[in-house]
Amino acid sequence: MSDVTIKITDREGEVHKVQAPTDMAMNLMEVCKAYELPVEGTCGGMAMCASCQCYVLSDHELPEMSIDEDMMLAEAFYVKDNSRLGCQIPITEELEGLEVELAPES
Amino acid sequence: MIKTDILIIGAGPTGLFAVFEAGLLKLKCHLIDALAQPGGQCTEIYPKKPIYDIPAFPEVLAGDLVTNLMEQIKPFEPGFTLGERAETIEKQDDGSFIVTTNRGTQHHAPIVAIAGGLGSFEPRKPPLENIAKFEDKGVEYIIKNPEIYREKRIVIAGGGDSALDWAIYLANVAGEVVLVHRRNEFRGALDSVEKVAELKAQGRIQLITPAEVTALNGTDKLEGITIQKKDEDPINHPCDHFIPLFGLAPKLGPIANWGLEIEKNAIVVNNSLDYQTNIPGIYAIGDVNTYPGKLKLILCGFHEATLMCQSAYQRINPGKKNVLKYTTVSGISGFDGSKKEAPKAVVKSIN
Repeated sequence: MSDVTIKITDREGEVHKVQAPTDMAMNLMEVCKAYELPVEGTCGGMAMCASCQCYVLSDHELPEMSIDEDMMLAEAFYVKDNSRLGCQIPITEELEGLEVELAPES
Repeated sequence: MIKTDILIIGAGPTGLFAVFEAGLLKLKCHLIDALAQPGGQCTEIYPKKPIYDIPAFPEVLAGDLVTNLMEQIKPFEPGFTLGERAETIEKQDDGSFIVTTNRGTQHHAPIVAIAGGLGSFEPRKPPLENIAKFEDKGVEYIIKNPEIYREKRIVIAGGGDSALDWAIYLANVAGEVVLVHRRNEFRGALDSVEKVAELKAQGRIQLITPAEVTALNGTDKLEGITIQKKDEDPINHPCDHFIPLFGLAPKLGPIANWGLEIEKNAIVVNNSLDYQTNIPGIYAIGDVNTYPGKLKLILCGFHEATLMCQSAYQRINPGKKNVLKYTTVSGISGFDGSKKEAPKAVVKSIN
């Protein structure tokens, strides 16, 4: 079993360095919830609510955005060019050192 | 005044199943929900999505789960106050509670069970600086009476079904309909998308995409909006109404002011024994509560609802013994006079 370290900046600007397992089929939204970061995950990870929107700060290569994620971000608020939905980012070994910031609540 | 034994706030899966468990103990329930239909998130957000972690259902659509729960609780004749949000709670001298909704409907019960999930669903408001100032003065998040738009100049923002459907509807009512969306593509029923394309071709809906509304203009009421089209200069567009339709998001809302202990946007329950809150007689079950080891899962909500009903029974009937009923043994006797039970084996001589 291997963990990756991810840096998550919360909505108050505090940085949380968390360990995320790569062998538990988790996504970034679930990791945030596991560490009790203020991510609602209202839709349960189906790219249908944008409550897990985050800004990707590091230049890691992430899985390509699905149509569903793209269309949901088209209706989200505070969207930037580096916006992604945490629930659509599976935790893999390639994500070692990933840095993200949680988007404001909306 | 609506009177019941257990007043349940929130008609999601947990609240609905509580009706069943209460019914086995001969307790009547009434449910309040801000949404117009029961089912909570399951109905509002993902009715067509499969759920895989309901015991004994390898796969069930969220919408079907709600339909099944409604069928299961039917014999216990729950009452519903739908489309209204529980606003205030007042404790009476006898320890019972009166809960009043935003529309003034009053409910009286000795037990209140909050099964409010992440809160009541409210329209998502775009983060525009002065939007609050124009609410009901040209900005509406929900269309209540389409007639107020007759011959008016309307701008709708959004890219989903409700934006499409209202643009189509208002094309026949309003003087001018403009639809603004951040993408050229819309996510909706094929019929709706095609109909909007047709109305656009006829000049009855004006589409501005990919674009975003960036400011609201006016003094006492809305007089126009600023639309920023991608890679272009912002334009001022005069209009009478701006209707942002970006779906619904849950907010804990007025419950947060009921004197309950709140932690991380959830209601703290004293233990995982009966899910009672810091106010005796008020329980919190399902996603709305928190306690050490809490998991926000539908199946945990079912368990919590069951234990809550036992404790509620004790409060209503002090001194009586705990009642545990096996439906396999005693079947189900509905308040509607219906009776479900296993077919009896016969003892009959054949030879």
